[in-house]
Amino acid sequence: MTTRIFGSGIKRREDPRLITGEARYTDDIKLPGVLHMAVVRSPYAHANILSIDSSAAEAMEGVVAVYTSEDIGDGLAGLPTAWLIPDSDLKTPEHPALAKGKVRYVGDGVAIVLADDRYRAQDAADAVVVEYEELPAVIDPEEAAGEGAPLIHDDVEGNIAFTWAPFDEEASNAAFEAADVVVSERILQQRLLPTAMEPRSAMAQYNAATEELTLWCTSQNPHIHRFIISAVTGLNENKVRVIAPEVGGGFGSKIPCYPDEALVSWAAIKLGVPVKWTETRSENYLITIHGRDHVQHVEMAASNDGKILGVRATVYAGMGGYLSTAAPGIPTILHGLLYVGPYTIDSVYCKSIGVMTNGTPTDAYRGAGRPEATFLLERMVDNVAREIGMDPAELRRRNLIPAFEDGHDVAAGLTYDSGDYPAAFEKALDMAGYGDFRRQQKSAEAEGRYLGIGVTAYTEMCGLGPSQVAGAVGFQGGLWESATVRVTPTGKVQALIGASPHGQGSETTLAQIIADELGFPVDDIEVIHGDTTETPMGWGTYGSRTTPVTGAALAQASRKLKDKARALAAHLMEANVDDIEYADGSFSVKGSPDQAQSIQDVALMAHLAWNMPEGMDPGFEESQFYDPPNFVYPFGTHIAIVEVHAETGEIDLQRYIAVDDCGPQINPEIVAGQIHGGVVQGVAQALCEGVVYDDNGQLLTGSMMDYCMPKADMFPNFELGETVTPSPHHPVGVKGVGETGTIASTPTVYNAVLDALAPLGVNQIDMPLTSAKVWSAIQDARS
Amino acid sequence: MWPNKFDYLRAGSVAEALASAADGGKFLAGGHSLLPAMKLRLDSPEQLIDIGRIPELQGISANGALTIGAAATHAEIAASSDVQTMCAALASACGQVGDQAVRNFGTIGGNIAHADPASDPPTVLVACGATVNIQGADGARSVAAQDFFIDLFETALEDGELITSLSLPNCSDCQCAYVKFPHPASRYAIVGVAVCLKMDGGSCAQADVAVGGATMKAVKCAGAEAALTGTTLDDAALSAAAEAVKADIADDLIGDIAYPEAYRQQMAGVFLKRAVAAAQG
Ligand SMILES: Cc1cc2nc3c(=O)[nH]c(=O)nc-3n(C[C@H](O)[C@H](O)[C@H](O)COP(=O)(O)OP(=O)(O)OC[C@H]3O[C@@H](n4cnc5c(N)ncnc54)[C@H](O)[C@@H]3O)c2cc1C
Repeated sequence: MTTRIFGSGIKRREDPRLITGEARYTDDIKLPGVLHMAVVRSPYAHANILSIDSSAAEAMEGVVAVYTSEDIGDGLAGLPTAWLIPDSDLKTPEHPALAKGKVRYVGDGVAIVLADDRYRAQDAADAVVVEYEELPAVIDPEEAAGEGAPLIHDDVEGNIAFTWAPFDEEASNAAFEAADVVVSERILQQRLLPTAMEPRSAMAQYNAATEELTLWCTSQNPHIHRFIISAVTGLNENKVRVIAPEVGGGFGSKIPCYPDEALVSWAAIKLGVPVKWTETRSENYLITIHGRDHVQHVEMAASNDGKILGVRATVYAGMGGYLSTAAPGIPTILHGLLYVGPYTIDSVYCKSIGVMTNGTPTDAYRGAGRPEATFLLERMVDNVAREIGMDPAELRRRNLIPAFEDGHDVAAGLTYDSGDYPAAFEKALDMAGYGDFRRQQKSAEAEGRYLGIGVTAYTEMCGLGPSQVAGAVGFQGGLWESATVRVTPTGKVQALIGASPHGQGSETTLAQIIADELGFPVDDIEVIHGDTTETPMGWGTYGSRTTPVTGAALAQASRKLKDKARALAAHLMEANVDDIEYADGSFSVKGSPDQAQSIQDVALMAHLAWNMPEGMDPGFEESQFYDPPNFVYPFGTHIAIVEVHAETGEIDLQRYIAVDDCGPQINPEIVAGQIHGGVVQGVAQALCEGVVYDDNGQLLTGSMMDYCMPKADMFPNFELGETVTPSPHHPVGVKGVGETGTIASTPTVYNAVLDALAPLGVNQIDMPLTSAKVWSAIQDARS
Repeated sequence: MWPNKFDYLRAGSVAEALASAADGGKFLAGGHSLLPAMKLRLDSPEQLIDIGRIPELQGISANGALTIGAAATHAEIAASSDVQTMCAALASACGQVGDQAVRNFGTIGGNIAHADPASDPPTVLVACGATVNIQGADGARSVAAQDFFIDLFETALEDGELITSLSLPNCSDCQCAYVKFPHPASRYAIVGVAVCLKMDGGSCAQADVAVGGATMKAVKCAGAEAALTGTTLDDAALSAAAEAVKADIADDLIGDIAYPEAYRQQMAGVFLKRAVAAAQG
């Protein structure tokens, strides 16, 4: 028996091309005669457009055209919001590709310039004269929902796009009334910039003879882009081809369909030449979606002996100037349904108010709604612990849901698939040496040093998801995936998938699944994705769903092929199918092991079709649609140990322990990589990242000079552990792991810092915990 | 990302550079401050005069005192054994500029000409009493570093003048150090403190102290110097100096959205203590 490829930490096959710079991204693709698009963007967060004078720009060398929304007319429909959450009085204000009469955030597009050169396009964009009448702007979502806030869309009264509150408020109130203690906190989930390494880019080419549009773009879901581009341009969907070449990270920011992608498509059709646009980093920070942006009023009820009785929150979620593609689903479905976490909480209530503001539109950012839920839960658990004088780890231990293998219904309405939260929890505590740490902490305090520990137990819902549920919650799409496993006559495999990985290492992981199922060497398997014409339909890569959903489709397609191979091998060896044994890619007849047919032999014979069994079709290829019966629920416990330097407010993250359970790990190295990256992003929210606007809605953190991206030297070596609890409903038992790090780490580090600060009397600091804020909080507490 | 149109000329000598500058245009050294500004269209010179390869601006020499060519890169200065012995604080400051790529391109001449208040080298140059040697169409002149820096992004350089080199006194018998509180986002200095101490037995005979980052330019701190001079640099002296330094910089403070003035002022005191400790190695 050879080593099983499933579970082996082989190197990511994507890496050589990425590391050597050989990968081809959208902007690397050159077409002859291409025109470059530059967008004239609003310098104001909220203003009426009085006039646009493009005459000077049009006269400039190399400029082919300047267009405004008037020129586009009804040539482009508004960009759709595709998550229409039910029972929420949802308003979907028009989102034109170029502003019509009014701009609603800094960066809102006002005109486009098409020129033969990127520099000239920019020069001409600068020469377009736009006269504005500035209006008062509002950025804070709670303020925007309040009395007297400037109205951003005439048809969104009070700026409230939706109010989602599906839970039983009376039952929740009753739970709170019966409780011994109630703790509360106003939590700010600050805006974050997704900052994918590759900025967004789009290039369109229209063939008038065939009436076909090809759009290359930075997309996590080319099939969804095709769907939307077809809808906004009016082209038939079968005449639109969307290609996502190499995509350099997305973290959710490349899910939405943006104005820019619609605009290059429209201009390419209009002018009959290819049109390209690539954003700069400054544009990326201004116009590509932001994440989070919640003001949360949270309460937790508990008994004096540490039983959590209920959690409730009113959330003001900033939507920005327009509702982005999936925006309404993020602070609602992906948020409020997570309020139970891994605990036996019987009462949850969430009222989520989606508020239009003059900020950049927000949408899914790694974890999308679930980090905001996990943070508030974990923060409140620590607050309860402090309130009743119980150790926060002990409080968690008392409330964890006991192990279950196949389904557990929780008060938020979900059915968790499987979990053993106590096992992961105790393992993490052991790795951290929790008890010893508490003793060290005491002696350090005696020396005037402030150590702290934060413990987060989490579970999350990913592997989105059953399509029936998608429909029930208003998601305007399915959430299944499809895949084809195609074997060539020489026994090489092409796996075509509808999802569109962009840095996750899925080409490696998915090849391992197929290799494991069928016995082909992993290096003989190519995973092909990112082109709507080449690949079967799929809904994309986000929500930690590619391994759970596409992986399942591939496993099942492989199993169909294996059944066919077994039958054909039996036929070729003149044996009964029941007597065929399979091992390591080879079929043999029970009792006569020297007679064997390799999977490659069988593939060739299936292609030749010289000698097929009665009723068997030729060829060696199978497709599978897979609609998951449930979400998957990875879980685990993360622990951080920090020291806070009271003199400066600096935070030294000394240890980070992560025990995650994503079921059986197909490739432990890739799992570790996902956890590392996720933890870094989540810790960065706690410690350093945060968008700042001024009162006029100007983005002050418009570059990495001010917007603090995490750096490697902020982090210790991570200590990873695992438990393995397979998902009962998944063909290979796996759960998603793309977002767990981000979901668990923010509260872990935040709580550790606040634990360290407890002796100094500091109870709350808004994120990010910069040294200046920590230092000020210490001064305030002292005075 | 997309600068305005500009012409590019590579100067072969100081004379050629000065002559070209007379027709307008901007000197280009490492380009690590100028090009980002041009890409953001905050600056749009019509002509760039590349001075990076002019032979007279290269090199570091030690001849009693230290002379550093304006085109010496941060990396060269950090690695120079002459600088390490004669002004360890400058080697250290240059070694803390940006990252390796920035240090390989950025030059000391460009750094001080740009006069970003968050820069590292100016603080050391002011503390250690460096001189900036300047050449213009009308000849050469020298300006003490302390007088060279005037305000945010403002120096004593006249239009068309070129920094040719820096002179530093030999500080090999002092204890000097530069410590920096890097901005978590940009890694420029939130506050940087340079100290240069001459010890006589156990007592501090002379103390030179400068603070940058927290201030609109590198500031020489007479109060802190007085608080250290004549002491054994004991805790009481350090605390007094930490208090004094806050007063020294009180009129020149700057802040940003994340690190306000009051915080930076306080940190100057903390980092002064750290700088003295580092100098004493
Ligand atoms: C990512 C990044 C991080 C950085 N981090 C730091 C940091 O932590 N600390 C720090 O101190 N600096 C930092 N810098 C700035 C760096 O030190 C620059 O190299 C320096 O400020 C400018 O030097 P330069 O040679 O690149 O000058 P250039 O960008 O070429 O020129 C800057 C200005 O100086 C003028 N100039 C150049 N040479 C001369 C001369 N000889 N005479 C007269 N005028 C001249 C130019 O005309 C221009 O106006 C960073 C830069 C970057 C890009």
